Amino acid sequence: MRLSSSLRELIGKRDFYAGGLMLLLGLGITLKGSSYRGGTLMHMGPGFLPTALGIILVLLGISIAAASLSGDGDGDSHGHGGGESILPEHPQWWAWFCILMSPIAFIMFGRYFGMLPATFACVFVAALGDKTATWKGTIILATVVTVFGVTLFSYFLQVPMPILTFRGEL
Amino acid sequence: MIEAALSGLWYGFGVALEPHNIMWCFVGVLVGNMVGVLPGMGPLATISILLPLTFGMKPVGAILMLGGVMYGAQYGGAICSILLNLPCHPPHAVTCLDGFPMTKQGRGGVALGLTVFASFVGASWGITEMIFLSPILVRVALQFGPAEVCSLMLLGLLAGSTLARGSPIKGVAMTVVGLFLGSVGTDLETGSERYTFGMTELDDGIELIALALGLFGIAEFMNSVNQVAPINTKYTNVSIKDMRPTKADMKRAFFPMWRGTIIGSLCALIPGTGPTIASFVAYATEKKISRHPEKFGTGLIEGVVCPEASTHSSVQGDFIPTMSLGIPGDAVMALLLGALMIQGIVPGPQLITQHPDIFWGLVASFWIGNIMLVLLNVPLIGIWVKMLAIPYRFLYPSAMFFVCIGVYAANNDFFQVGEVVVIGLFGYILLRLGFHPAPILLGFVLGSRFEENFRRAMLISRGDIFVFVERPISAVFVALCALLIGSQIYFRLRGAKADLEPAAENIVSGVPPELAAQRVSTPAE
Repeated sequence: MRLSSSLRELIGKRDFYAGGLMLLLGLGITLKGSSYRGGTLMHMGPGFLPTALGIILVLLGISIAAASLSGDGDGDSHGHGGGESILPEHPQWWAWFCILMSPIAFIMFGRYFGMLPATFACVFVAALGDKTATWKGTIILATVVTVFGVTLFSYFLQVPMPILTFRGEL
Repeated sequence: MIEAALSGLWYGFGVALEPHNIMWCFVGVLVGNMVGVLPGMGPLATISILLPLTFGMKPVGAILMLGGVMYGAQYGGAICSILLNLPCHPPHAVTCLDGFPMTKQGRGGVALGLTVFASFVGASWGITEMIFLSPILVRVALQFGPAEVCSLMLLGLLAGSTLARGSPIKGVAMTVVGLFLGSVGTDLETGSERYTFGMTELDDGIELIALALGLFGIAEFMNSVNQVAPINTKYTNVSIKDMRPTKADMKRAFFPMWRGTIIGSLCALIPGTGPTIASFVAYATEKKISRHPEKFGTGLIEGVVCPEASTHSSVQGDFIPTMSLGIPGDAVMALLLGALMIQGIVPGPQLITQHPDIFWGLVASFWIGNIMLVLLNVPLIGIWVKMLAIPYRFLYPSAMFFVCIGVYAANNDFFQVGEVVVIGLFGYILLRLGFHPAPILLGFVLGSRFEENFRRAMLISRGDIFVFVERPISAVFVALCALLIGSQIYFRLRGAKADLEPAAENIVSGVPPELAAQRVSTPAE
């Protein structure tokens, strides 16, 4: 995936966005928190601590972002991200989508059809994310995990979820 | 004092040797050992996946098993580092430096054998420390009022977030996010709902399991999917015969092993400096005092046993503040505390007296578990090595299923499976922005207790915020907090590295930065 240089520079300011995200999160927490009763120091209401946390987060967000703009960064180039770009070297949009859809498939199939199809769908969708995945291999993997998983969770651990059902009220 | 500790230990062995407890301990260390070997699966994800399975169990069995996963994974991680040059688990990153060259020279078996031995020594020392230190800590901590508890928690949270990996200020931000997430749901004191946005499913707060599995399961999978290189299994043929060290090896390994153990146990006492920092410091120290530092990195046995002993001694030592004060030092400990809380047990200094079976049973099980691990690792090394070949494309979809069913089984509620998706996406964004999500869990687990104690302290002092510096013990904690923040700012202004790890990383410059992170990378071959 090639990006133009200006765009690359923009997403290269990782800490700027990190600070910005914290700032927004803090603002949201503070605004919502101030709608709850704050109370006094002696008798604190439910809104006191969250609002205080929100304000602290705003301040932290500002200082993270400010440090990135002042040029010295914060020296955290050896973090998880590695490098200063937000996106990894080879973005895996399809794999990310598959991983996030896998629990959603589990919810959908689990709610209407039971544990057996839910397990199969969950593993199947997740496995499609791998770039070397083949239909055959994916189906085999999903079948194996389904047999093993349903045996373990339904028979041994007695998770109260019907194995196979149909609830028509879609 | 010593007598009480020994009789407690005796009682603990009685608890830990009950058949079902010994079985759970075995299951724990076996699973831990296995996932420790598997690249791309950490103890955090594993403990979170196993957590829902423990709901039906007795608290003792549950905590023995989850604890077993934690230290079992440390044994497995060493195998990965030495034979494959894959530091899948951060504490073992330095072990690669001398462990893998030894493997290339055909002495990988010896390195493994001595590692298992050094690990056992380190762990035993950590356990001994726990036996004698915890009761003393508890006796002090029982005098604490809400103000002291509050400032101690503050110290723990600050240390946990600033001394751990990465940028200190980002760590603090993560802790604050964690504290906030802990406040979602019904407020315990006033009963009003906070940040539920009308969703009744959130009334009980965010589910710990959903949070842990989102941050350390889904976010990690998104991070490593399609990034994992095929594993080089060229050197993995190791038999039991190869593992027996010679007398000369034993002699050379003896003192480094003890130095590592001591360093690890000291690191365990400072909250926030977990096994990762302990192993880096141990390696750096060993290199510094060695008569031929230039030979490090070419396959010296000292460079393998010292960090490994220190890792294990620190892992066991980490349980001290967790079990005796209720203040976890890192995310794994926070998760274990969370497991106790789910079982209805309040962590804190009263734990040892109120639930002696849990505390002493856990201590005794450490020894039993460590002996099991030594016995397991020697004959099973061939099987572990074969497990290394399991490709990631089979691993993560299966793990996704365990994530889904685990979160569902916690409350039989599909809503929480949805929660895990949202948290996972959020966690991945945080990862990409250079945050380490571990302190979130720390803040989350301590959140409600922190708020409760803060409120109580304010009520007792009639709203006087200075109570925290007026009471002497609390003032010490506050002073330590200030010292911690002050030193971070000071080092920052001077341009020097404040946290220990990058400093150690400079010394061991052989490890590329991304190897130190919990991520599987290409082997350097």
